[in-house]
Amino acid sequence: MAIRVFLTLLLFLSSAILSFSLYEDQAGLTDWHQRYIGKVKHAVFHTQKTGRKRVIVSTEENVVASLDLRHGEIFWRHVLGTKDAIDGAGIALGKYVITLSSEGSTLRAWNLPDGQMVWETSLLTAQHSKSLLSVPINLKVDKDYPITVFGGGYLHAVSAIDGEVLWKKDFTAEGFEVQRVLQAPGSSIIYVLGFLHSSEAVVYQIDSKSGEVVAQKSTVFPGGFSGEISSVSSDKVVVLDSTRSILVTIGFIDGDISFQKTPISDLVEDSGTAEILSPLLSNMLAVKVNKRTIFVNVGDKGKLEVVDSLSDETAMSDSLPVADDQEAFASVHHEGSKIHLMVKLVNDLNNVLLRETIQMDQNRGRVHKVFMNNYIRTDRSNGFRALIVMEDHSLLLLQQGAIVWSREEGLASVTDVTTAELPLEKDGVSVAKVEHTLFEWLKGHVLKLKGSLLLASPEDVVAIQELRVKSSGKNKLTRDHNGFRKLILALTRAGKLFALHTGDGRIVWSMLLNSPSQSQSCERPNGVSLYQWQVPHHHAMDENPSVLVVGKCGSDSSAPGVLSFVDVYTGKEISSSDIGHSVVQVMPLPITDSKEQRLHLIADTVGHVHLYPKTSEALSIFQREFQNVYWYTVEADDGIIRGHVMKGSCSGETADEYCFTTRELWTVVFPSESEKIISTLTRKPNEVVHTQAKVNTDQDLLYKYVSRNLLFVATVSPKGAGEIGSVTPEESSLVVYLIDTITGRILHRLSHQGCQGPVHAVFSENWVVYHYFNIRAHKYEVTVVEIYDQSRAENKNVWKLILGKHNLTAPITSYSRPEVFTKSQSYFFAQSVKTIAVTSTAKGITSKQLLIGTIGDQILALDKRFVDPRRTLNPSQAEKEEGIIPLTDTLPIIPQAYVTHSHKVEGLRGIVTAPSKLESTTHVFAYGVDLFYTRLAPSKTYDSLTDDFSYALLLITIVALVAAIYITWVLSEKKELSEKWR
Amino acid sequence: MAKLTLLFFLSFLIFSSSIAFQSDELLVDDDEFGLEGAKPRSTDLYTSSSSSPQQQQQTPTIRRRYSDPTDLDSKVQFTLEHAFGDSDFSPAGTFSARLKTWSHGGKTLTKLRFSRNDFSAEEKDTFKNLLKGDDFYRIRLPSNVVSPPGREFVIASVRARCLPRDGLDEHFIIHMEGANILAVSYGSPGACQYPRQLKLPAKWSFNSHTILKSSEQAPRTPIFTEEILGSENVEGEVEPPPERSFWAKYWMYLIPLGLVVMNAVTQASNMAEEPAGGQAGGAQVQPAARRR
Repeated sequence: MAIRVFLTLLLFLSSAILSFSLYEDQAGLTDWHQRYIGKVKHAVFHTQKTGRKRVIVSTEENVVASLDLRHGEIFWRHVLGTKDAIDGAGIALGKYVITLSSEGSTLRAWNLPDGQMVWETSLLTAQHSKSLLSVPINLKVDKDYPITVFGGGYLHAVSAIDGEVLWKKDFTAEGFEVQRVLQAPGSSIIYVLGFLHSSEAVVYQIDSKSGEVVAQKSTVFPGGFSGEISSVSSDKVVVLDSTRSILVTIGFIDGDISFQKTPISDLVEDSGTAEILSPLLSNMLAVKVNKRTIFVNVGDKGKLEVVDSLSDETAMSDSLPVADDQEAFASVHHEGSKIHLMVKLVNDLNNVLLRETIQMDQNRGRVHKVFMNNYIRTDRSNGFRALIVMEDHSLLLLQQGAIVWSREEGLASVTDVTTAELPLEKDGVSVAKVEHTLFEWLKGHVLKLKGSLLLASPEDVVAIQELRVKSSGKNKLTRDHNGFRKLILALTRAGKLFALHTGDGRIVWSMLLNSPSQSQSCERPNGVSLYQWQVPHHHAMDENPSVLVVGKCGSDSSAPGVLSFVDVYTGKEISSSDIGHSVVQVMPLPITDSKEQRLHLIADTVGHVHLYPKTSEALSIFQREFQNVYWYTVEADDGIIRGHVMKGSCSGETADEYCFTTRELWTVVFPSESEKIISTLTRKPNEVVHTQAKVNTDQDLLYKYVSRNLLFVATVSPKGAGEIGSVTPEESSLVVYLIDTITGRILHRLSHQGCQGPVHAVFSENWVVYHYFNIRAHKYEVTVVEIYDQSRAENKNVWKLILGKHNLTAPITSYSRPEVFTKSQSYFFAQSVKTIAVTSTAKGITSKQLLIGTIGDQILALDKRFVDPRRTLNPSQAEKEEGIIPLTDTLPIIPQAYVTHSHKVEGLRGIVTAPSKLESTTHVFAYGVDLFYTRLAPSKTYDSLTDDFSYALLLITIVALVAAIYITWVLSEKKELSEKWR
Repeated sequence: MAKLTLLFFLSFLIFSSSIAFQSDELLVDDDEFGLEGAKPRSTDLYTSSSSSPQQQQQTPTIRRRYSDPTDLDSKVQFTLEHAFGDSDFSPAGTFSARLKTWSHGGKTLTKLRFSRNDFSAEEKDTFKNLLKGDDFYRIRLPSNVVSPPGREFVIASVRARCLPRDGLDEHFIIHMEGANILAVSYGSPGACQYPRQLKLPAKWSFNSHTILKSSEQAPRTPIFTEEILGSENVEGEVEPPPERSFWAKYWMYLIPLGLVVMNAVTQASNMAEEPAGGQAGGAQVQPAARRR
């Protein structure tokens, strides 16, 4: 028996492995992987060795990377954790990249050529404060010039060689805020400038060797400071007073503090409040007043004078020393569809070193940041290149009046994803252009034949691989028969919509969201979510499909929303509107109008619901269903879930006929002292369920409780909502619920004692799989809950079905008392999880796989059979035949089951699946800092031949067979004839 | 004197509430659940009551039983309120139960009883209007039974047309967590036909069923060691697979066989019709063979 069990298991597992994995030479055939870094915050140029021109960047996605300045490729890259935000970056000793992160508490050094970490130092922090990093710009290996780091109330001096903390100084005094840490080049005195209670300037002079305070001076400034500070030279800073109308120059030569006040009204007429801009310019200051940028020269005695003024939409770089003790800075401003890059000397703004005009794509928006770098041209003059960060987060390198390279870094912050079909093949477009000639076709197949018969030489293998990658026109921009070619529409945080081709991941089109009103308060809405607006398939076939992009002006929940409708085929915005109310929830309704535009309801913060599209036809369709429209809200902070129903039209002068009021139907109130909502989840609205019934081994029928109105809720004890390991098992428990969102009935409620979040769950058909942490067992667990309908359980008799005596076609109403039962089972799972998704296919026939985004940023495909609550320790023969796996306490992690194979989707945040037209196959798209796409066939491609199927072999076989038949026929004829004549 | 009256009144209340109803409730002994230190298992308490004419209009209160001061159980009452469509909530009945406090601090509600007020004439009219308009009949309970209404009221609604049968049938499932009410499921005890038909109840009295539900504990994840698996495999005799019928086993052979037989039979009958033709053919061939 044991052997048999083992053999069955082995047989099963081997078949399972076959269905998961792919061969080495299949990698990259259907999948693609794109690496990004995110919106660049800091850039440090490294020009020591001319051969290796690189730039070190740190980004808002907490990535530190080294980019090739010639091509923009990533040499190396490190993605720090989500809570490990980078505060500063620099290069020390000419070979180490120094990064300060986690609010000044972690200092790391990376080897410049290959990105290996050299050392890491944790610094003591006591409070929230600014984090300042200053790396000395000298190349001497000398402990006299340590890296000085301020963060969390402490000033640390760290040796660049090994990361050793040389000394530290406590600045955690009450009300004291350190603003600047300055060190004059060549001097061993460090100046620490800070404000005490925002009204007293304090300067400490610290010996950089020992860390001792040499001198301390403080002077009260009666006006008070407003915090923004700009250091103009090593002994002077300029700060705004608390009214933001007076510029105060603070000089601290030799420790003596002197103030010099200059009202802004002296500099500019008719001035309002001012804002000091961030670029560091030597002896110069950039101030934003009255929507203009003015440059203020700071004289030796602290005298301020305006030297230039520019329009508001100008981005500037820090100043950079060029030859002859002069400093230059770059500024970029827009003019129509062009941008102008200018490099000027700081001392003499009329001396323009470089003036370039570059055509810029309108869909990149404004320039946000400029980083300048100089180099020596072939004619020994100074050349400049600029790295610019655009509003859509893209990164471009400008040199010699052209865009040398660009990186679409907006794709590192994808917020929502949907898929769309490509246009149908038109008659005018000839397929033959893409397909090769007959000879090439034959050659290719002969090569493949060689490959499959193991006759291919290494060159042939390479040729075959190349053929495969290029094969079958997978990059064409038209719909294919199998539905493998699709567009992935990704909305990014910057408010840009990208259409990616599934074949190779290239950007087909991109579009930056525009604010329709162009008002001052909302220049650029940020993207929130993405919905299928119009998917023509029955009527309105000549309309192009379109998507709805919901954006928001500002970050708070009551900010007004912006709707934008985008044509999927062309990438052009059809229309956009300022909707004038906030957007809390967008609900696509399961009804469309005659143009196949889907009706959407948008709830605002006031509790009103607005219908879109705003047409009378949509309104009349909606009025028909008015009685049956329900919705719910989850107030996660209060622990209340409310159900609502439509009530009537809005009253009030601003209301229109598309606005509706609602009333509360039900509430679920979680006790605040014992339960806190940490996760809610519903089924995907467009999911297809193939069959309601599930056949048991004993020829018994179970009916799945397939309802679109189920909500999965997980709550945890408030104490257990923190980090794993912060509570004892007795203090924390996890409760999961399945709630009907029409009536508020709790259909399933299960509490896990001694468990805590975070909960990652996936909901499909009639089952939920969720992942959490078991404190008692010190392990992660996965639980499956399947919910079955008992009210239909009597419909088993064939005769009943034939005679129509069944209730299968009766309409289901949520107001009937549900007769459901649930089955559940728990397993241990060895990894922590970032996200879980499930495969989805066109008809829902193919068995499902869970796609688990693991902590290692990979995606693991796990058959749903492993999380089947019917698994038992010793399944009977019949159960085994059905495919029930013997129960184990742990879910297996099979290395071949990683669909990402050798890739990592750094910073993985979400996995999206979409069906292809072929039932066996599903599209999988994962996004994080990186993007990854592949096609999966959870039960193998049972409905199509594989790509490497040798048609030539088939053809040759058929030809050979026909020939053989003919020859034998001729032979037998001859023989028969000779027989007859004998 | 006043105290005595109050005491008398209270004891009368307790007495009346304990014998006024002929409840068919399964009275579960509380001690059965009284495992020291253990959290109570899921308990479903069923009560059902028919409405009584008496009008109990009481604000929810807690009373200690004077007879046994050491007993940690206390009696609680909380009011069911209802609303017709968009109207305001008004009292509609009273739940009374015993609140059992466990040694570890947990609380559970046991012995739930319910007295439902009948509709007044005015309420009947409003309810009829609800039935006509297929509108919602809404109820609410406090979210905490000890200090009502707690954080917020727990609301549930049903389409009014789902309730009337012979009388007005209603079914409550109250989901509890300690002394807190999480949610209440409210509706008719059985199915509610869709489309909903307008039907007036024959009797204007409520037939109420109530279930108290507390959380169900998840079973512990089983931990198997290699040993257990190994020993079971050694010991476990090969369980003979359940004998399947002859048909279930061999249908895949029997059906083709049947087809072949049928085919043969039809062919044979065809052959029988023209045996002469067959012989003639044979005769023609033979001379040719003889010729050589």
